Parts: sequence; structure tokens; C-alpha cells
Amino acid sequence: MMRRLWITLTYIVFALLLIAPLVKIFTGSWADGLNGFVEAITRPQSLHALMMTAIIVVVVTALNTIFGVMLALYLVRAEWISPRMKRLLNSLVDLPFAVSPVIGGLMIVLILGPNTVIGAMFEDAGFKIVYALPGMILATLFVTFPLMVREVMPVLQEIGAQQEEAASTLGAYSWYTFWKVTWPSIRWGVIYGVVLTVARSLGEFGAVLVVSGNIMNKTQTATTLVYQDVENFNVVAANGIALVLAAFSVGLLLLMEWAKKRKEVH
Amino acid sequence: MLYFVILIILPIAGIYTQSFSLGWNPFWESISDPLAWKAVLLTIKLAVIATLINMFLGTMIGWVLIRYRFPGRRLLNSLVDLPFALPTAVGGLMILLLLGPNSFVGGLAGGMGIEIVFHEPAIVVAMLFVTFPFVIRAIQPLLEEMDKSEEEAAYTLGATRVKTFFSVIFPTMLPGILSGAMLAFSRGLAEFGAVVLVAGNIPGKTLIASVFIFGEIESNNPQGAAAVSVLLLTLSFLILWTVNLIQARRTGQ
Amino acid sequence: MHIEVRNLNKNFGDFHAVRDVSFEIEKGHLIGLLGPSGGGKTSILRMLAGLETPSSGDILFHGKRVNDLPPQERGIGFVFQNYALFKHMTVYDNIAFGLKVKKQSKEQIRERVMYLVELTGLKGFEHRYAHQLSGGQRQRVAFARALAPEPQLLLLDEPFAAIDAKIRTELRTWLKEMIERVGITSIFVTHDQEEAIEVADEIMIISKGRLEQKGSPWDIYKNPQTPFVAGFIGESTIVDNIGEFKGFEDAASSPGTKALIRPEYIEIGKPGEIKLASATLPGIVKHLHFRGSEWMVELLVGDTKLITYRSLEKEVLHPGDKVSVLVHRAYLFNDNDSWIAENTLKVDPMPIHI
Repeated sequence: MMRRLWITLTYIVFALLLIAPLVKIFTGSWADGLNGFVEAITRPQSLHALMMTAIIVVVVTALNTIFGVMLALYLVRAEWISPRMKRLLNSLVDLPFAVSPVIGGLMIVLILGPNTVIGAMFEDAGFKIVYALPGMILATLFVTFPLMVREVMPVLQEIGAQQEEAASTLGAYSWYTFWKVTWPSIRWGVIYGVVLTVARSLGEFGAVLVVSGNIMNKTQTATTLVYQDVENFNVVAANGIALVLAAFSVGLLLLMEWAKKRKEVH
Repeated sequence: MLYFVILIILPIAGIYTQSFSLGWNPFWESISDPLAWKAVLLTIKLAVIATLINMFLGTMIGWVLIRYRFPGRRLLNSLVDLPFALPTAVGGLMILLLLGPNSFVGGLAGGMGIEIVFHEPAIVVAMLFVTFPFVIRAIQPLLEEMDKSEEEAAYTLGATRVKTFFSVIFPTMLPGILSGAMLAFSRGLAEFGAVVLVAGNIPGKTLIASVFIFGEIESNNPQGAAAVSVLLLTLSFLILWTVNLIQARRTGQ
Repeated sequence: MHIEVRNLNKNFGDFHAVRDVSFEIEKGHLIGLLGPSGGGKTSILRMLAGLETPSSGDILFHGKRVNDLPPQERGIGFVFQNYALFKHMTVYDNIAFGLKVKKQSKEQIRERVMYLVELTGLKGFEHRYAHQLSGGQRQRVAFARALAPEPQLLLLDEPFAAIDAKIRTELRTWLKEMIERVGITSIFVTHDQEEAIEVADEIMIISKGRLEQKGSPWDIYKNPQTPFVAGFIGESTIVDNIGEFKGFEDAASSPGTKALIRPEYIEIGKPGEIKLASATLPGIVKHLHFRGSEWMVELLVGDTKLITYRSLEKEVLHPGDKVSVLVHRAYLFNDNDSWIAENTLKVDPMPIHI
């Protein structure tokens, strides 16, 4: 009897909190018919914003994957760092989780903005960081930073260094060892991390909004465009973009499930 | 390693130095601006409410998804992560549409004299939405690990189902509930995207801290923004540190 | 408590875990449920406890049917295989749990817990948590916890499985003593025959869901009623061509009869060492293994391999030695029947040879 009640309640919570909003976005974007939807996403600013988002996702995911795996390897395997120091670094990795994205963006503006020493230096060299693409990539890197490291580190710790040591006693050099021994065991962790990074960089809003200045057709991303459309009471257009983003997210969610399953098997 | 320092340590150090760069007094002035501390207090209050609701819902859903077998269970289990996958701005928009004055729910509530969107309830819902997975994901592994015989032992000793739940099962779940709640709370404090769309952002009433910071940046007052940021950051760090402690104690056992 | 089980069955989907099991247990007895893993012993125990519902059949305590009683109301104590101690509670709180459920006064609880702590030799450990105890101590806590509400029946599921071999023997004796002192009817499950023989007053052998035999350890050893029991208890070798063995020629009359021969049924000696020469067979020593207190001898009689033990006091044998082999008795069985046969020549030696 209790069982029934709890299951029903669970369904209700899911329906209200997750499913209903998803459906609403869907119906909302079709409010003006198919034309309204197509028009909303084929506006020049929409196309530009989606392209900006795509660039950021690709660049950030690539950088975060390479550096995240390297850092994880380093933090787990480096011998000169004392265990105490490792623990400290370990908790520092989580810092971006605790930082509000707005604050993350603010940090970058404060350090690299046009009024700072470094920012001015780059500006003189003709290289704009804040209110331009590099700053937005940096901001997104900051917020997605822990995702990869957090996925890979536990796996590395679990498998231990013995297999790698075994490979080196068998005459394998470090590159070979990495590809043949380490990589196969961390592979699914990395893929899961990539999916998480894509999801997060696709959806990043606060940090990017602060850093980009949200200039239409220049530094506007898909999420900041949604924000602007809402502020301008252009709800149907906002819905159109949101639907595209939501569709991607649901796809990512499926990928996440799949990667999680593979990760558990291996 | 250098990457790590540049990307993480430097910015955080930067914001602390920036907020104190003009000395103690301007920092104090920024903080003691009634709009600033009201925003911080409001954020804490609403995040606490959202977290409490989350603790209850999360415990229930985590339990149902692990312990019961019913049609649709796997689908629901995958849906839990939706708020993590969905851009927060989209989440905010969804809530705006669903609860706005022109929607069915909004109209109904409006008829009863309750205004949701652009008021506190909407902020709580937005926080609830983005922090939804934390508690569930924190207690699921604990429940899965839990030995069924501990429960059976309680039954053979004469304990009823309710008594067994509270004296045997609940204490096992508690560390998960707490650390999940902490994460949810710190995420609630930091949330911006979903909230900014639904909050209305009326200073002193529905303006939460991260939106306040954004406003300060927009109105070209980075120093004031930094001051409030420092306040919020310190709070978040404390929470993160506590979570780490709880987890370290668990694995230590 | 007097326990009766009638025609108990349990199905898990297609799997028939317990088949038509019936037995009776006298008050105060200590029973061992013995059998290979996955044979249904634990399912029987869990049905007695009410943790599993029988598919059919009756369970009676004191002549009253308890099938529909939940575990909370059966008045049993259960010691789990991995002890299932409450991890977040101290030793004291674990033992007190069942008493608190009964809403006894603080004083009463304290008294009972301290009595049990003393009885089980856990004094000084009351405020420790499970993870701070050794395996043996955990088992004592589980035992004390199960006994605290004064149950009428104690059920133990593989109580020694999770304990080091070294202290297992010690703990067995301790548990037997404890149960005798408390005087509670107890049933324990084990897959270790040595353990069952040593601890139990009576053994029930369970295999593939069936109750094969019930009786005292000595009874079961002496008079196994099914080939399974004969093979499961003690050491033995199966001999297919028993009709060709001297003294067992009768067995050949019913085709398909096989024999199960225990090492202690076999006597060997150098030619002339055994008096009843007419009842012996020639054999060759194949291997010798020193077993600390005796020799284990592997023999070849024709093509059949046999195993026996030989005292260290007797003349030392070497591989390749020719020996006389006397088989005193064998456990014979075929598809329809099983019986114990003595060596006929040994009982009635041929007069011509004298």
C-alpha cells in the first residue's frame, strides 16, 4: 500500500518538475506554427549565436579533455608531491563547483579586462580577451574544469600503478604504456567526462554572459540569446532556441546513460 | 600543473585581492549596502528552503528508484540527470512558461492571490529544478550497497517496518542525504541562469546575490561585485570543505 | 520450542529450491542443516524465520501454524551469515535493539545487555562499533543481539563462514557451550561436515532441496540411507566393478550395482601380515602421502584406485610394493536400492585353505 503511494508521488514529482517543463518548451516553440519556429532559429542572430556556441563547445571540450586527463594523471601518479599536498590539490579541483558562474566570469573580467595590466597588454598587441571569444572560452573552461578530472581520477586511483609498472618491466615506454595499458581502462571515464563537458559548455550562461558583454552577432551565444529574447518579451523566439538546446541536452542525456553503463562494465 | 594554477588558483586569488584592493573600508561599505546584504540573505533563505524540499523529495525518489520495481523506473532514473544536461537558461525559461501569469498554473495561483513568477516561489522552484539530482545521486549508491540482511535482522528482532526504516535504513542514508543537501545548497546559492529569468530582480525583494553581482558588473562597479562575491565564495568554500570532511570520514571508516 | 515442518516447498520462479521437506525438532535440541551450497538449506532457515514465504506446506511452532506470522511475531533469533550488525550503532545499542523495540524500561535493558555482554565475553567492548571488532567478536555480538529478546528458537545461517580457520574451531566449541547453557532450541546451516558433526546433536542432510536424512552424526555416518549421504559424509571412493572384489561377488547378481568404500573400511598389509588371506586381494602401492599422524596410501587393485590410511607404527611401505588388500565392508547402491554389505569371506572363511 505504502509502495503504491510512494511510486505515485515519485511520478507526480517527475511529471511536475521535469516532464511538464520539457513539454511546455516543445509546445511553446510551436505556438506560432512551424513558420514561427523556423523563423526564430533562422534569424541571423540565432544562427550566429548557435555557431558561437558550437565553437565554444568544440574548443572547450578538446582543451578540457586533453588537459583534464593530463592533470588527473599527474595528480594521481606524480611522486614528488606529498600525499598531504595531493589531498589539498584534490579539493582545489572542486573549487569551480563552489563558485557561482557569475563570479567565475567576474574573475576573468577583473584579471584580464581592458582596464587591467594584462588585459591592456594583450589589447595593445591587438588581441582582445574580454568581450571576445577567448574570454568566453576561458570562462567556460573554468566552469567545466572539474568535470573531466573528477571522472578520470578515481578510475586511475582504482587501477593503481601496478599494471603500468608491469608494462614498463616488459619493456614498454611511456607512450606505449599509456595507449595500451592506461587508456583502455580510463576510456569510458573520459567519454563520460566529455559528455558532461559538452553538456555544461553548451548550457553555460552566467560566466559567459558576464565575460562576453552579450553583443548581438558578435559575442552572443545560444543561451545568452535566449536570455535577451526573454528580456525583450520575444518568448516564441526564445522558445525556438531553447528547443534546439533542449533537444541537444536530451540527446546528451541518452549518451550519458550509455557512457555510464559502459563505464560500469569496464 | 601550470594550467591548473592559471585557470583555478589565479582567478580566485584575484577576486580576493580585488575586493580588498582599496582597503577594508570600501569593502565594508559595499557589503553593508542594504541592497547587497539583503540580496545575500534572501539567497541563503531561498536556498535553504529549496534544499529542505530537495532533501525530502530526493530521499523519497532515491528510495523509490532503488527499492521498487515498476514500469518506467529506468526511464525516470535517466531523467534524474536532465537538470544537469539542460542549459540553466532553458530551465529558467521552462519555469517561466509553465508558471507565468498567462499559463494555467500561474492563472490558477493568481486567482487565489498567489503570485509565483517574479516572486520568491519561482526562485525556489528554479533552485529546486537545477539542484534536483544532487540528493538522489548521493543516496542511491548507499542504498545499493546496503546489506539487506541488516534490515532483516531488525525484523527478526521484532521491529516494525516503520521502526526499521527510521532506526536502521535512515541512518545509513543520512550521510548521503547530508552531503547531497550541502552540494544542492551551494549550487542553489550560486545559481544564476535559471533564476535571473524568473526572479523579476526587484532590489531588496527578489534580487538574489548572483543577480546582484551581475547588476553591479553591468553598472560598472566591479569592486562592489567583487566584495559580494567574496562573501558568497567564502560561504561556498566552507560548504565544499564540510562535504569533503563528511566524505573523508565515511571512507575512513 | 517444539518445531514441526510439513511438506514444505519453495519455488523461486522456475527454480524449485525446497522440495517437500518434513521434519520435527524436539525442544532444546541443536540441529545442523548440512549440505552443499545452493541446496536449499538457507531457504528452509529463512522460511522458519518468516523472512521468506513458503510456496506450500506448513510450519508449526508448539503445534500452532505460524505460516502467516511476520518475522517480528515469531519469537525467533536470527544470526546472519555476515552478522548484519547495525553499522551506525555501538555493541551496546546493537544488543539493546530488540529490547528497545519491546519498549522495556531502561533499567531492564541495561541489566539484560550487561548480562549478555558478560556471557559472551564482550565486556569492555560495549561502546565500540562493528568496524572496530574482529570477526569472532562480531559473531559474538550477533549472537548476543539475537538472544537478547529471549527468543524460543535460534536460527544461525553459516555462523562460522566469515571467520578465520584458526579461531573457527575455538568458536565452535564456544557456541555449542553457550547454546547448551542457554538451553535454547537452535538450528544452524553449514556446508562443512566437520562443523556439523562436531557441533550438532542431530544433523539434517539437505541436497537439491530434499531432506536426505535426519539423525545423530554417528547414525548418519554408520547408516547412510542414500548414496548422496554416504558420499557426502566422510571420505570415500566409488568402485564400479565391485562384483570382481573378493567377498562381494553377490553384488554382481544385480547389474549396475556400484560400491562406495571408505578408507577406514580398508586394511592393507605386506603379504602374510593379514590373517584372513583368503579374503584379500593383491594390490600395488602407487603413492604415499605423509599426513602428520598417519600415512595416506593410494593403491591400485587391478585398474581400480583405492585410498586408505596406515598407522605410522607399522612397517613403512614404498611405492611399487605389493600388498594384500582387505575390504571389510562396502556401501552398495544401484538405481533401486542401497545397503551395507560385509565382506562374506571374512565372516565365513573357506575351510579348505587351512
